[in-house]
Order: sequence, then structure tokens, then C-alpha cells
Amino acid sequence: MFKDITIGQYISGDSFLHKMDARVKIILTFAVIILLFMISDPIPYAVFIAFAVFLVFLSKIPPLYVLKGLRPMVFIIVFTVIINLFLTPGETLWQQKIFFDWSIKITYEGVRMGILMFLRLTLLVGVTSLLTLTTSPIMLTDGIENILKPLEIIKVPAHEIAMMMSIAIRFIPTLAEETDKIIKAQTARGADFDSGNIIMRAKAMIPLLVPLFVSAFRRADELATAMDARCYHGGKNRTRMKQAKMCARDYIAVGTIIVFAAALLLMQYLI
Amino acid sequence: MIKTENLNYIYQPGMPYEKHALYNVNIEIPDGDFTAIIGHTGSGKSTLIQHLNGLIKPTDGKIIIDGTDITRPGIDLKLIRKKVGLVFQYPEHQLFEETVYRDIAFGPKNMGLDADEIKDRVMEAARLVNLDEAILEKSPFDLSGGQKRRAAIAGVLSMHPKILILDEPTAGLDPRGRDSLLRLLTSLHERLNMTIIFVSHSMEDVARVAKNIIVMNKGTVFMHGSVSEVFERGDELINIGLNVPQVTQLFNKLIKMGADLPKDIYTVKYAVKILNEKMKGKEHV
Repeated sequence: MFKDITIGQYISGDSFLHKMDARVKIILTFAVIILLFMISDPIPYAVFIAFAVFLVFLSKIPPLYVLKGLRPMVFIIVFTVIINLFLTPGETLWQQKIFFDWSIKITYEGVRMGILMFLRLTLLVGVTSLLTLTTSPIMLTDGIENILKPLEIIKVPAHEIAMMMSIAIRFIPTLAEETDKIIKAQTARGADFDSGNIIMRAKAMIPLLVPLFVSAFRRADELATAMDARCYHGGKNRTRMKQAKMCARDYIAVGTIIVFAAALLLMQYLI
Repeated sequence: MIKTENLNYIYQPGMPYEKHALYNVNIEIPDGDFTAIIGHTGSGKSTLIQHLNGLIKPTDGKIIIDGTDITRPGIDLKLIRKKVGLVFQYPEHQLFEETVYRDIAFGPKNMGLDADEIKDRVMEAARLVNLDEAILEKSPFDLSGGQKRRAAIAGVLSMHPKILILDEPTAGLDPRGRDSLLRLLTSLHERLNMTIIFVSHSMEDVARVAKNIIVMNKGTVFMHGSVSEVFERGDELINIGLNVPQVTQLFNKLIKMGADLPKDIYTVKYAVKILNEKMKGKEHV
């Protein structure tokens, strides 16, 4: 049932985006998102969309996968668009009286705002899912650790945070498999997980949750012992098997994004 | 009787991770049989046994238990699960109740039995697996490994299955625990005439208790026959990465070296008997 879930949605590959340094990717993704909220005119948006499409092709990931990432967001996007469409004050385009003085109307500004919000959210999700599609969870947490590193001066445990994240990610499939197994085992003993009212269903979860927690604690314990046995002592003086290193590719990407951002901001604010 | 007709199962059909786990599996296991299923990791053993009580629905094919096709839509799977008890690998990981008693009672309670009947069944199941009455009031998490496993098996036995299926029941047990578990299976088979099907990686265990063997390889039934029928084809077993019991390996080597010994030796007990007989006859074998 849960056996083959994938976390994040990483699709392995060897494209330009896949090979980029994770740190650079994370920071540039943030930069692009901030940029996305600084522009609002049609022309910069058109350019931005073209750039996003270019990135998808650069990643060699089937565009369908990128669109799939949008699916959980559909409700929020539709909701935001509708709210903006009807509730933005301005020049009326269409009006419908419902009763007395109360009427709904769509304004020119509303339409504009609705389209803008739609594009903004779609691109936001699209660009970020491109990051998780091209970066494996391990590389992602390593990247986050590196980015947080300077904060260690103010006692932020960057390594520990990253380690916890990678362990959590690592154990999701294991626990999902475990859940599947326990559900089956209890079903074999006549347990019923999906009928009855809410209270009955909540009660039916006990035979699933107790073994699951017990096994999670057991695994945590075993993992701690195994790490201890291999002299794990936190982040201090720890070297890595894969040293993250900026190379030409990353500088090109940084340069491209700077030029791209400057161009868009020029179009937005000067022209 | 359990019968499967052209059973096929595909994990995640149509997805990039699609995996054909069972190909046209046709098996027949008569009532009162004691069958072992052997095969490599990923050969489809676990998938097959989960089909037999309706936990997995086949992609294609039929499963017939005592004349009832359990793949037919609208069938009451609870009745099937009452008849076919399934003990998963490491069943002790599924214990959850406050006391051993209540854990064993979980199955009968789900069957909607009344309190007296439940009590009788729990006591009976505990007796079958050799659990002391004093243990029944303890938390299952305070038991030893072997006790936990027996308690978990009792939780399935309390449902009075006619057919008992176990996935690697001796995995992770010490020699004594293994011994007592195999004895438990034999006694359930002999005294209650239960049909027993178990998955195992230990050829020794299989030779010791089973009557018949099903060999699975890459999702197909590679062999199905009596213990001696399967183990006499040792070379083919080795080809698919399995083996014969160690004592058989030893005797095969001795036979190759010229010793006059029978080829059908699969248990140490029988080997000792044969050797004793030979020794009585003459000084040297």
C-alpha cells in the first residue's frame, strides 16, 4: 500500500541542474522566488515563464512530472484566484445583483490580480519542485547544513539539524513499509480499519499505532547504538565523503540568475 | 484445500516501479498437508502467502479455498481470514495490548464472540503454545523474545484457523526457541490436523518437519513435491541459489568419494540411524 512511496520526488539524472551544487541551487531558488514577488507587469512575467520553461527543459525532467507537483496546490491556487477575482476593488467589468444592495462583481483589477496570483503560485511551486526533483534528499540536507554553517557562531546546531532531517527522511520509507505490514497483520486477525464512525475508527488505529511507535523507538535505539559504535560524535571535525565544491557550472548559474534578475527588475521598474 | 489457478500479481501496474511478482502460479495444497515454501528473497513467497487469505488481491487468476473462490467480488473476507490464519514474519512486532491475554483475545473479539467463548479460546491457544497462565496477565512487552513470538502465534490460533500459514516462523530465534517452535508446528499438525504452510530459509527446518515443498523462483513455482522429490534435485536447487540440507551435502560428498550410502538422507536423525546400521554390519563403511 505505502511500500513504494518516494520522498520529495527526486528523479535521478545527469542534467546541468542535477549536477549543480546543492547549496547554490537552494540559494538561487530562494533568489528566484523573491524575484517572482518583486515583478508584476506582463512583460517581466512572460520572460519569467519562458525562463521557467527553459529550466524544465534544462533539467531533462518530463514536464508532466513538474506539473504533477502542482496537483496538491490546485485547491489553494483556485481559492486564491477566486478571492482575488471577486474581492479586489476597482473598475467594474461585470456585476450581478443578488438581493437588495448586495451584489457580486468582477473588476478589471480583480481579473488582473487573479491572473497574477495564478501565475505567481504556479511558478512558485513549479520552480521549487524543480529543486526537489533534481536534488536528492541527502544532497538537499547537506546543502542546508552548509548554508546554516555560518550560524554556528550564534550556536545554531547546523550539523545536528541536518542529521536529524536526513535520518527522518531516511526512515519514512522504512516506517511506511512497517505500517503496511502491521495493517496487514492486524487485518489477518480480523481488525477493520475503514468502517464505522469516527470514534470506532480512531479506536481501530490503536492496534496499528502502538506497534508502530514501539518499532520506531526500537529502530531509533538501534540506530543510536550503531552510530555510537562507529564513534559518531556530532559535527565537529567531521569530514565528508563528498566534498561540496563550486565549479564553473555553478558560477555560470549564479551569473545567469544575476543577469536575469537585473533584466527583469529593469523591465519592471524602469520601462 | 487451497488451490490457485493462473495466479498473477503485479506490484504498481503501469507505474515506473512496476514489478511482476507472481507469474501463473498453479498450486494445490490438500487438507492436512504440511508444506514448506522455499525460495530466494524476492522470489514471491511472501506475496503468494498473502494472497491465500485475501490480504492481496491478485491482478489475475483465482484462489479457491475449500471450494470458495475468494477473488469473487462481494465475498466476506472475514470468514476466509477465520479459516486461514496468517502469522507474519516477526509476529511479535504486532503485539499491542496491555496484557498478553487481551492481545490473544483480539482476534476472537473481532469475530464477535461472547466473553466466555473468548476466554476458552485464549486459554486453549495459550496452552497450545506453552504459555503459562501467569504470563497472560503480564504486558507483552515484558516477555522474552521466544515468548513474545509464541504469544503472537497464539493470537492467530485463538481464531481457530483450519489452515495456518507462517512467514519464516523461526527467523531470529535461538536454537531452543527454534526447536520448540518446530515442535509446536508438528503438534498442531498431528494433534489438530491443521494444514500448515510455512516459509523458510532453513533447509534443515524444512527437512525436519515438512512433508511437501514448494520451491519458488522469480515469481514462478519452480518445483512442487515431497521433501525427497525436491531434495534429490539438489543440483537444480543450487543453480537457483538454494541448497539441500547440510547433512545431505555431506552425504553427497561421501557418495562421490565412493562410500556406499543411500542418497535420501535429509535429517541428522536419519543419518545417524543409517550410519549406526552400517556400523553394526561391518567395521568400515
